[in-house]
Amino acid sequence: MIGLPPRPDPQLRCCAASGCRSAGGAALLQALRQAARDGSTPVTIKAVGCLRLCGRGPLLAWDGPAGTALYGDLRPEQAAALVALAGAAGGRPEALESGQVTAGVTTRSGIGEQAAVAASLEACRLDLNQPFFTRQRSLLLEHCGRIDPESLQDALAHGAYGQLQRCLRQWTPAQLRAELRRSGLRGRGGAGYPTGLKWDSVALQPAGPRYVVCNADEGDPGAFMNRSLLEGDPHRLLEGIALAAYAIGAERGYVYVRAEYPLAIARMRLALEQARTGGLLAGDAAGGRFRLELEVRVGAGAYVCGEETALLASIQGCRGTPRPRPPFPAQVGLWGAPTLINNVETLAAVPLILRLGSDVYAAIGSRSSPGTKVFALSGAVRHSGLVEVPLGTSLRTIVETIGGGALDQPGVPGGGALKAVQTGGPSGGCIPADQLDTPVDYESLRALGASIGSGGMVVIDAGMAMPVLARHFVAFSVSESCGKCVPCRAGTVQLAALLDRFVERRAAPQDLARLEQLCAMVRDTSLCGLGQAAPSPVLSSLRWFRQEYEAAVRPPVAAGAAGAAGCDPAMAVIAPTAIAPTVIGSTAVGSTAIAPPAIAPTVMPPPVMPPWL
Amino acid sequence: MAVITLTIDRQPVTVAAGSSLLQAVRAAGVTLPSLCHLDGLSPVGACRLCLVQVEGAARLLPACASEASAGMQVCTDTPQLRDYRRMAVELFFAEGNHVCAFCVANGDCELQDMAVAVGMDHSRFPYRWPQRRLDASHPLFSLDHNRCILCSRCVRVCDEIEAAHVWDMAERGADCRIIAGLDQPWGEVEACTDCGKCVDVCPTGALFHTGEGTAEKHPQRQRARYLRRARERHEWQQP
Repeated sequence: MIGLPPRPDPQLRCCAASGCRSAGGAALLQALRQAARDGSTPVTIKAVGCLRLCGRGPLLAWDGPAGTALYGDLRPEQAAALVALAGAAGGRPEALESGQVTAGVTTRSGIGEQAAVAASLEACRLDLNQPFFTRQRSLLLEHCGRIDPESLQDALAHGAYGQLQRCLRQWTPAQLRAELRRSGLRGRGGAGYPTGLKWDSVALQPAGPRYVVCNADEGDPGAFMNRSLLEGDPHRLLEGIALAAYAIGAERGYVYVRAEYPLAIARMRLALEQARTGGLLAGDAAGGRFRLELEVRVGAGAYVCGEETALLASIQGCRGTPRPRPPFPAQVGLWGAPTLINNVETLAAVPLILRLGSDVYAAIGSRSSPGTKVFALSGAVRHSGLVEVPLGTSLRTIVETIGGGALDQPGVPGGGALKAVQTGGPSGGCIPADQLDTPVDYESLRALGASIGSGGMVVIDAGMAMPVLARHFVAFSVSESCGKCVPCRAGTVQLAALLDRFVERRAAPQDLARLEQLCAMVRDTSLCGLGQAAPSPVLSSLRWFRQEYEAAVRPPVAAGAAGAAGCDPAMAVIAPTAIAPTVIGSTAVGSTAIAPPAIAPTVMPPPVMPPWL
Repeated sequence: MAVITLTIDRQPVTVAAGSSLLQAVRAAGVTLPSLCHLDGLSPVGACRLCLVQVEGAARLLPACASEASAGMQVCTDTPQLRDYRRMAVELFFAEGNHVCAFCVANGDCELQDMAVAVGMDHSRFPYRWPQRRLDASHPLFSLDHNRCILCSRCVRVCDEIEAAHVWDMAERGADCRIIAGLDQPWGEVEACTDCGKCVDVCPTGALFHTGEGTAEKHPQRQRARYLRRARERHEWQQP
């Protein structure tokens, strides 16, 4: 999938996406380029998008006559040796293994030192035949990691914009929409709404201006699928947006990218400029000339702007808060005009569907959820990175076969034992280890109380207490609530406070019921998806790991002990269930203070927080 | 005029097409609690008190911000809705600093009335006692953030009717607050016309006439509706 067919001239592909850059990839790339300039044998250095196994970054793929070899955890100091070896070996990485090339390399260092460098490189070599790579199916990411995302020529050489031009020549917008309906593609933002139906509902609105918007406000903790696509293959996305615009009759569009993705924004802007200059977002169609004016809009740091109505408000320059739907953006969107909003992955799948044909695409994946989906695998898992598999693949395949199972963490209690997988971030839920055979598709995960969400998968090991995890996600919702509606603004704050009591193992017996009531209220009455899904991590962990919550409840009051414990000064601090009276009118009513439960406070060890939280 | 017929709590009612669910509910003679909604201002669906259950709808719908359609079967009062409404009112009380006993709006406060209407005798949620401020920089009016429930009526009336747009919402989540101008002291905002409409539409004692004492605020909340209607009917024109 990231390997290339054998080629005579050596080429080093260095990952220049955010994950590897944060691990030192930029310095490595610079050192490689310097070494290539200094070296005697020509070696092509290419900056590419994500090479998948992000956990081992910075990653580098070495292509040559013997195919491709992959290296991870590289340091800039190794660059000179890598370039020298690639040049000397003629791109035969296996020559390095057998020690043939070390002697022939002329570097300033001595022979012994070279052997040491070769050995250190060998230690960085990653097996491309491991299941992490072989069990993936790269369709959406087929060019990610192969092409230089900053080169239009490279994208064009790999077929970018070909489907758009073909479609403009051969198909009417209605035919294009029919093709998309047949493919069965469903929205990759999380809800799984059929994309063809969404396109139809915008296209069939009364005549007038309409807009296409690409939602690239990927904000779920543990999700980096869209970022990798924006950084690794931006022209594919632009082609998808242009196709969507043609299908619905839009002449203007926006790509809304979160501000926390500076590299993705830069690559997107560059790609857009290249496409605009090259006249690639236009063409002659049967019904007249097609032309798309596209603009990159940068978010201002609010997670809620991933919600479509808040996103539209933000594009219009307003405060990014959601509004009640209906009317849906398909009817009333940007500046009141019908607006199509699709996720990055949804739009990027469109050129692929056209290339493969809708029937072929529909046959990939499961019946109700066709196609492939990119997941971001992280947490306590051995191989973390970007994983593309057909929908319907079992969670076990993704986590245990591809991901290699739970990460061994010697000395960490519970490390190495897989406990659950959190899918869908703060709006999803956890799936316990005994349900790992569940196929990953929209309906199956929903039936388990979780959701695919945008595609984040965080692996949880036995060292993590579920109330701690639930509190982590609820705390996220608290800080990201826009504050418009009361269940989300004030309800999540109360939820977090209740969860604190479970985390700190000082919950009162009635707290469990109260937690469930409040979860139901916030879920059922919040205005937008953020609030509605905020209790999901609590509800799903209650469903599968209820005993952990029950264990955090202090035993009920023992008869006769109440008086004594009531005097315990420590109890005054830890009994905030005592209900404060609300003053209504000028008299206090309904003061039903509960006597603090009588049980000596137990000092519990603080919960173990894994490093990735 | 096109009309539609729907049922509210099993009682058929006919309203003009394009009416909101809240208008249909009222036409049926049913009282539905609401806090953020005010006739004359655009609906926002923020307080979640007017949520109703509609047969066939996947979720509860805010009556103020939903359009009534023919054949809808609406239920305004179920044990679940009652439970949720009471919790919402409790959340309002717990998130601010509401002490009726010395509030200017005591006796003329929609939040207070709502607590009585939903039967809230105490809050099951612990009070947050947030640190909030008071802005008394305006010569005529004051803003006490402790009593603000973030209904955004002041924001809307100033924008939609007075067209001065003095008010806005700042921050997010529990830190949300109303700001004047560019987060300036109210008295320094030149756009303010001193019209007092925001004080009139405020459901609680958050906005009040400076100098009003306990239980002395008696706002004209219907002012927004009168002005909106007068504008729509051009009532200021001589015949």
